Amino acid sequence: MKGLRAWMVRLSGLWTAARREHDMSDEIESHLQMHIDDNLRAGMPPAEARRIAILKLGGIDPTKEAWRDRGGLPLLENLARDTRYAIRQLRKSPAFTATAVLVLALGICASVAIFAFVDAALIRPLPYRDPARLVGLFEQIPLCPLCPLSYPDYVDWKRLNKVFTSVEAFEGTGISLRTDSGAEVAQAAIVTSGFFRTLGIAPILGRDFRAGEDTPAAPRTVLLSYAAWQKRYAGSAAVLGQSVTLNGEANTIIGVLPRGFYFAATGPAEFWTALHVTPHSCYEQRGCHSLHGLARLRDGVSVRAADSNMKLIAGELERQYSSNRGQGAAVISLVELDVGRLRPILIVLLCGAGLLLLIACVNVTSLLLVRAESRKREMAVRSALGGSRARLAAQFVTEAAVLVTASGALGLIAARGLIRILVSLIGAPQLAAMPYLNGLDLNPRVVLFAAAVAVVTLALFSLAPVSRSFFPDIRAGLMEGGRGAAGTVWRRFGANLVVLELATAVVLLVGAGLLGESFYRVLHVDMGMQPEHLATIRVAEPDAVHNDNKKIVALAHDVLRQTAALPGVASVALTSTLPVAGGNTMWIRVLGHPYHGEHNEVGYREVSPAYFTTLRAKLLRGRYFTDADDATKPPVIIIDRAFAEKYFPGEDPIGKQMIYAGASMDHPMTVVGIVDNIKEGPLDQSTWPTMYVVFDQDPDDRFTLVVRAARDEQALLPALAASIHRFDAGMATFDPATMAERINNTPAAYLRRGSAWLVGGFAFFALLLGAAGLYGVIAYSVGRRTREIGVRMALGARPSSVYLLILREAVLLIAAGLASGLVCAAGAARLLHGLLFGVTASDPAVLAAVAVVLGIAALLASFIPARRAASVNPVDALRAE
Amino acid sequence: MSKADVWQGTLALMVLKTLDTLGPLHGYGIARRIEQTSGNLLSLNYGTLYPALLKLEQEGSIASEWGVSENNRKAKFYKLTRRGRQQLASETRDWQQATSILARFLAPSGDAI
Repeated sequence: MKGLRAWMVRLSGLWTAARREHDMSDEIESHLQMHIDDNLRAGMPPAEARRIAILKLGGIDPTKEAWRDRGGLPLLENLARDTRYAIRQLRKSPAFTATAVLVLALGICASVAIFAFVDAALIRPLPYRDPARLVGLFEQIPLCPLCPLSYPDYVDWKRLNKVFTSVEAFEGTGISLRTDSGAEVAQAAIVTSGFFRTLGIAPILGRDFRAGEDTPAAPRTVLLSYAAWQKRYAGSAAVLGQSVTLNGEANTIIGVLPRGFYFAATGPAEFWTALHVTPHSCYEQRGCHSLHGLARLRDGVSVRAADSNMKLIAGELERQYSSNRGQGAAVISLVELDVGRLRPILIVLLCGAGLLLLIACVNVTSLLLVRAESRKREMAVRSALGGSRARLAAQFVTEAAVLVTASGALGLIAARGLIRILVSLIGAPQLAAMPYLNGLDLNPRVVLFAAAVAVVTLALFSLAPVSRSFFPDIRAGLMEGGRGAAGTVWRRFGANLVVLELATAVVLLVGAGLLGESFYRVLHVDMGMQPEHLATIRVAEPDAVHNDNKKIVALAHDVLRQTAALPGVASVALTSTLPVAGGNTMWIRVLGHPYHGEHNEVGYREVSPAYFTTLRAKLLRGRYFTDADDATKPPVIIIDRAFAEKYFPGEDPIGKQMIYAGASMDHPMTVVGIVDNIKEGPLDQSTWPTMYVVFDQDPDDRFTLVVRAARDEQALLPALAASIHRFDAGMATFDPATMAERINNTPAAYLRRGSAWLVGGFAFFALLLGAAGLYGVIAYSVGRRTREIGVRMALGARPSSVYLLILREAVLLIAAGLASGLVCAAGAARLLHGLLFGVTASDPAVLAAVAVVLGIAALLASFIPARRAASVNPVDALRAE
Repeated sequence: MSKADVWQGTLALMVLKTLDTLGPLHGYGIARRIEQTSGNLLSLNYGTLYPALLKLEQEGSIASEWGVSENNRKAKFYKLTRRGRQQLASETRDWQQATSILARFLAPSGDAI
């Protein structure tokens, strides 16, 4: 306590130093005066009296010094003095300071910004109660490892499992909403009644669904998201008990969800309704898979144990129901589901940013070393004048600390900007699937990370000059330093550092090259169609047509006719699901083939006759659909090449018949055509076998219009929506986008695009810094060898041989950097494994390109000083020394 | 016998005791008093007194204020605080205990073990 109090007083003494100094002088003066008075009284002569008094005191200045040491905190005062000195020194060499601070800030900015994403996705827990105990439940078939489950299966899983405290089901969906200004499609989610209790989320207003509120007979109730409450009801508390018409049914609003609530698997749903099993709906059929499962693990049960329990139950159901044949179960932790896909990319990016930071540190270290060399003389002088080693070292560390602090602050501010830019680049649809990235900003953890980075950097910088033969013996320093020559340290370390820099740049360049190539390959994968100049928009017909196929078809034909008449439209078609979007599957049975109830799962699309010509797909055999293929005719289908190869090997499929598994044999579908594979699923996966049926023979009140534009498809989008609304105000349109946008926004494309750009950016700066480092080393070496070069030239050496002399040194360094970089890159490329597409980690073209780019940049960097060396005037060079 | 230097740590105790006995006093007075009390056996470098005073003041054992000396000189007077009095009491006890133990050790060994 006593010690602490004294320390506080001393600390506060730092600010009152001037007044206390004055006080102390007065006190010592008064002490001396009293002593002198006594001495005079004792009969001493005045001069002697004063001398004795001072002698007895032990000298005035030593007394003051001892008092000062006790008065303040010498350590802190020295620190303050060193800091002021360091700032003064740094301001004296603005070029050095600016370079060092900028380079370091760049490295810190990159790593902090990427860390903010890592923090949001991988470190910050999901905003639910005990999120690590939450899991997602899926059905599993060979074609689809994580597939939606059917309602009857959900009920059985819930009843039979021994590993969960609760099991819930949900699905995200579009819902047509009646508003004052007409019909609108809003995002909604359908959940079982315990969904929010399982997550541990309570409404901020009103109440949660009660148990049993999801039974068929229960009154229809709905919870609002916070955003919907604000947007549609202006945040009014009177919203409770109000009615809202969703899909033509009146629902009572019973509550509002918290502001920060999100659930990645449903997207940003505005309306959360309870799941009601209605007659003839998908929920009644064991073979209709539309739901996702959410469950909370019992205490002590691992995800793996839950997984095997569910697989066991799925096995029982398989034996019990033919529709479940071949169907397993999968349990995956919710965290893994939400961020698992992002993890490898974030790790790659964090490594990239780390490498950039490393290269920045190396660059600044070499700058500091050069500076230390040039200050050897200053050090020697100060050391000769009695500066202790510790004080001299402290001085250097302080200087590095000032640099790091400035760069850290600058880097943090820049990181904040970079985070905003990166988030804005992600795009709304992707952000909806990664809600944890919303509102991403600096937070205490990120700032702490920045501080940790700064501390490590500072440690690196302090080690370099302090551990080196940095304190030469004083005499050598005074003698050698006088000439400003030097450089053993620099020669040895500078060269090694440059090799490290170049190698790091190579690793980043290879990474960027591989990712860039993968991105290119993904975009240029054969899609079996021409995605340019396609405009698309999703359409939902009015509730009035519900379940009346004739009306649905008539309305769809009207929409097609209206759209085709628009100026700038070359052709128009509709489909249930667009290419590259995945979508529905069906089980089929080929008539005439042996069948034992196996699940022949194929992709499934309902399309209008003009679909293939609008996409410009390639017909391989048979014919396209025509307008004559309507509901009055026997059903016809077109299959793709993958379908033909898988189910009709060595046969001609045209004219063959098939039915949906379990359907009656009375209305078989006849194959009339084969098209080349269209990329219906993700770009980076092989095409599923897919079948196409005629919309008129199997209509749906929701579909997507596909329009081939004569010119600018982007400009067509607003016209499409307007024309449909003009024609029928009850039609809801949503999600207008060009096909190119949709392709660009698929995870396969944007994840690679994003990481390629980021790693490319890192690589660009790494290359720049590496080249600058090399330039520094060569320029320094040329400077040191000016005299030698002068002598050589005086003795008749030609400029070309001087070039050779200098460039040989450079080429050795470049070769060493390239070789070690390529070796490291081979190892680092394993990290990229999951992201690569169409290239191997050791793609020779990429490696060669990197070698060329780095070689040229590095040679350019060393050519400049070499030219200076070659143009040395021998007379000047000799005289200068 | 040569004049002894002041041991580290005991100076504070002497200062506290002096202020306790004489009441508020300036640095010079304290220094003279310590020398006199020791029968001039202690050689005190007056300058060392001031950091010790400062330390005691920082620890809150003494307080200071400017005043006028007996000879009409401006001087800084120190006085004991309540905390200083407690410190004096406890340190005196500790010291006496220490010296009595040491005294027993060094006593003429009439009854050696």
